[in-house]
Amino acid sequence: MASLLIHGGRIVDPSQGLDGPADLLIEDGAVARIDGKIAKPKGVETLDATGLVVTPGLIDIHVHLREPGQEYKETVATGTRAAAAGGFTAVACMANTVPVHDNRAITELILLEAERAGFARVYPIGAISKGMQGQELAEIGEMVAAGAVAVSDDGLPVMNAELMRRALLYTQHYGIPVIQHAEDLTLTGKGVMHEGEWSTRLGLIGIPGSAEDVMVARDLILTEDTQGRYHVAHLSTARSLDLVRLGRSRGLRVTCEVAPHHLILTDEEVAKTGFSTHCKMKPPLRSSRDREALIQGLVDGTVDCIASDHAPHHADEKDVEFDKAPFGILGLETTLSLCLDRFVHAGLLTLPRLVELLSTGPARVLGLPGGTLQVGSPADVSIFDLDGEVTIVAADFRSKSRNTPFDGWTLRGRPVATVLGGRKVSPLP
Amino acid sequence: MTSETIRWTRKDLLGIAELSPAEIGLLLDTAESFSEIGERPIKKVPTLRGKTVINLFFEASTRTRSSFEIAEKRLSADNINFSTSGSALEKGESLIDTALNLQAMAPDLVVIRHGSPGVPHMLARRLQAGVINAGDGAHEHPTQALLDAFTIRRHKGRLAGLRVAILGDIEHSRVVRSNIHLLTKMGATVVVGGARTLMPTAVEKLGVEVAYSLEDALRGADVVMMLRIQLERQGKMSFPSAKEYFRLFGLTRERLKLAQDDAIVMHPGPMNRGVEIASDVADGSRSVILEQVTHGVSVRMAVLYLLSGVTASEES
Ligand SMILES: [Zn+2]
Repeated sequence: MASLLIHGGRIVDPSQGLDGPADLLIEDGAVARIDGKIAKPKGVETLDATGLVVTPGLIDIHVHLREPGQEYKETVATGTRAAAAGGFTAVACMANTVPVHDNRAITELILLEAERAGFARVYPIGAISKGMQGQELAEIGEMVAAGAVAVSDDGLPVMNAELMRRALLYTQHYGIPVIQHAEDLTLTGKGVMHEGEWSTRLGLIGIPGSAEDVMVARDLILTEDTQGRYHVAHLSTARSLDLVRLGRSRGLRVTCEVAPHHLILTDEEVAKTGFSTHCKMKPPLRSSRDREALIQGLVDGTVDCIASDHAPHHADEKDVEFDKAPFGILGLETTLSLCLDRFVHAGLLTLPRLVELLSTGPARVLGLPGGTLQVGSPADVSIFDLDGEVTIVAADFRSKSRNTPFDGWTLRGRPVATVLGGRKVSPLP
Repeated sequence: MTSETIRWTRKDLLGIAELSPAEIGLLLDTAESFSEIGERPIKKVPTLRGKTVINLFFEASTRTRSSFEIAEKRLSADNINFSTSGSALEKGESLIDTALNLQAMAPDLVVIRHGSPGVPHMLARRLQAGVINAGDGAHEHPTQALLDAFTIRRHKGRLAGLRVAILGDIEHSRVVRSNIHLLTKMGATVVVGGARTLMPTAVEKLGVEVAYSLEDALRGADVVMMLRIQLERQGKMSFPSAKEYFRLFGLTRERLKLAQDDAIVMHPGPMNRGVEIASDVADGSRSVILEQVTHGVSVRMAVLYLLSGVTASEES
């Protein structure tokens, strides 16, 4: 098994309260030692991290790998290759594949493909309901036995309150969270962007913030009654964040994630880009007031983690009328640079807090083994240049798709190397 | 700045929102100079001879399409019509492929009407031809706003300082958005009025006053612009019935008395008589509805002319 000495870097590991210059020795794929200066053992490879930051491998708990069924958008192999390039050593992938990941055969298929590719750990999320139809529970226990770590009908909300109640009860047998794509579809209607001044100006049909808020409110009431474990995917409004705070104050087991695009862009972007379909996602880009509240949530600890909602779509699907385009954008290869530039360099977050949001936090939400460099833990490591400039070039992505609103953005901070179980998976020689 | 001091530099006319008051003035003044052609016995000038204009209508629109066609013919352009029925679009061709095919025919101008906001912008990015937005969903309908302004100017001699009430289905109207931009840029006061279920979120951010009763909106208005009502939109009922709508928001002669004595009544058409407007108002002495149609041709001639880039020297 792989051994490696990463030396000369600044180690930031919020799980142990570490932030300072130190060397990291990996033996047999696990963290063996962290010390001020470690002499190179005989025969061990080295990685010079002088001037770089060394952290626990980043974890994205909300990605769409599109396999099986939509391999023209992404595969487990290309998606995890993109993850490694972006500094991520683990991803949790959503169940809206074709067919839906609602049975253990698909859990096993995803894990097999991930093993074959070898770029990142993949944690499959199974569907809550059979076929994501929102009618009856999927075989959650079978999927968990095969390796699923949570359930979600993401892409669609669980509209049926009784089904949601049962999911919150049943998942407690397996100790896994129910992840909700919180959206009341009757309020969304045919909406394609956030309802507000900009939808009014552009004449596009709006999706009100209340579509998310009423669902989060309903689910928190059900969480209270069931004592279940609830997680809000891609939380996007100020009021939903307040509801999460309220739920916590009542002792509920509720967590939430926020996506980088909701923290950086607003609904005005649709106008600024002349109706670019790369500004079309669900939930939609919200108001600047929402955006500011979400950033406050990162700072004050209400937000548990940042997750990208990496949603690959083919150029032919996105290059259509705004009304017709599918919802979603990529995230794996832009998240780290965006967060370093917009939050750390902008002085909004400390570097340890950002690492917590991208690594220790997401591991805690799903109860995953990573997110730490404690001795004995798997040697999943991200190494990045805090100050190096990078220009996002979608054409160079490892992902199969190119749908990002950040193409051409120049940012400060970039991933340099990614180590998985002591083995360098990015950049490849 | 007067219109004489500026030149038209845009390739496309996508909306009013991005235009300056000087550009709007130039368009309106140019329309004035074309309006006389419509009164001649031979209503044709050679201005756009040898230029090709494609009218691309993805939504049925007899009125706007005919108006553009007449404007094109009066300017001697070669024009051709594409509409959705029977075209490649119904056979599943993507909009981009349609655009590329059009480009291959090397038109000089493309007039487009589409149900989705932003489609003219998408085409404009890909076509070398100038693109004229003839209505994109509920977004903009710039030539309608220009012809409305032209009509108002003819009657009031100015736009600045006027109080214009726009009434009806504000939420789904492209006409109202273009008119709000144009009138507020030119110094008029706009009040939008109508039912709460037909009022878009945050509309006041567009620089207008908002009234939720017809009476409040009409009080003191110099211009009363009615919009077509479609009670059922996007599968959602915004109003229980046409009868109930007319009771609250229909424009009657009695209600019109709240406006200025010399207020004019406008409607972009097609009208629902007895729903948003009573017939005796639509056909009454204050109505300028048919004049709007006449001026539409002059305004569209001006737009086609300015976008074609034909200069006076080329013309001769
Ligand atoms: Zn989702």
